[in-house]
Amino acid sequence: MEIFLGFVKAFAVGGLVCMIAQIFINKTKMTSARILVMFLLLGVFLEFVGAFKFIEEFAGAGITIPITGFGSTIVKGAQEGAKIGLFEAVTYGFRNMAGGLTAAIFFGFLFAIIFKSHSKKA
Amino acid sequence: MEDKQYMEYIHTHAQKSNHALTLVWAFLVGGFICCIGQAFRDIFEVALPNWDEGKIAALVSMTMIFLGSFLTAIGVYDKIGMHAGGGSIVPITGFANSVVSPAMEFNKEGIVLGMMAKMFVIAGPIIVAGTVSSVVTGLIYWIVELIK
Repeated sequence: MEIFLGFVKAFAVGGLVCMIAQIFINKTKMTSARILVMFLLLGVFLEFVGAFKFIEEFAGAGITIPITGFGSTIVKGAQEGAKIGLFEAVTYGFRNMAGGLTAAIFFGFLFAIIFKSHSKKA
Repeated sequence: MEDKQYMEYIHTHAQKSNHALTLVWAFLVGGFICCIGQAFRDIFEVALPNWDEGKIAALVSMTMIFLGSFLTAIGVYDKIGMHAGGGSIVPITGFANSVVSPAMEFNKEGIVLGMMAKMFVIAGPIIVAGTVSSVVTGLIYWIVELIK
């Protein structure tokens, strides 16, 4: 039951985040790059002011799967690194991005080699 | 009602319902993608008890990025995106889509200047914004640690 409730919360909050993005798209005709940057910075802001962990406790993947989660891990890394030294403070944020970036770039490369473009057909 | 007025009436109402519909789609698809992420999180937490929270989160992201990339590659993700809009853009799978889609599209312009360069048309701004926030927040935290 608890697991089920977790899914409901993730669905509701994740859906809400995406719906807010859609409102911005409808109202301002923002492109996806701007939307992604905006929500990344929202995640950075929420983590920096300390609000993110409360939302995450409630919503789980509902807030970490949207790009806001990416922003949050960056700040978490910076915070962790700052306890060690200046070098770690400025680089550990990027270190936390490493997994996601590696996956995106590697699979981008791999699939571009293997598959031919579908988007051109539409 | 005159024809012209009628057309205007239809137009404005169609647009309104269209807007409402895009919101519903964004909510449903976005929520669904987050649920898949939640499922992976639950599974990995049980399967990898030695991993800390940060590593689990990164692994979930990477799995979702793999799925987003694969669905983009086989042409499914863009079809979902036509209806879902924000619901398919904002989740991390949308980030993967924004990398893989131009990489595939510009592949024919050459591997180096086509695929490898154009891969970052949308992802580039995200990486820049992320890196700058990382340095700025890192410096702030470092100064705070110094004062402590």
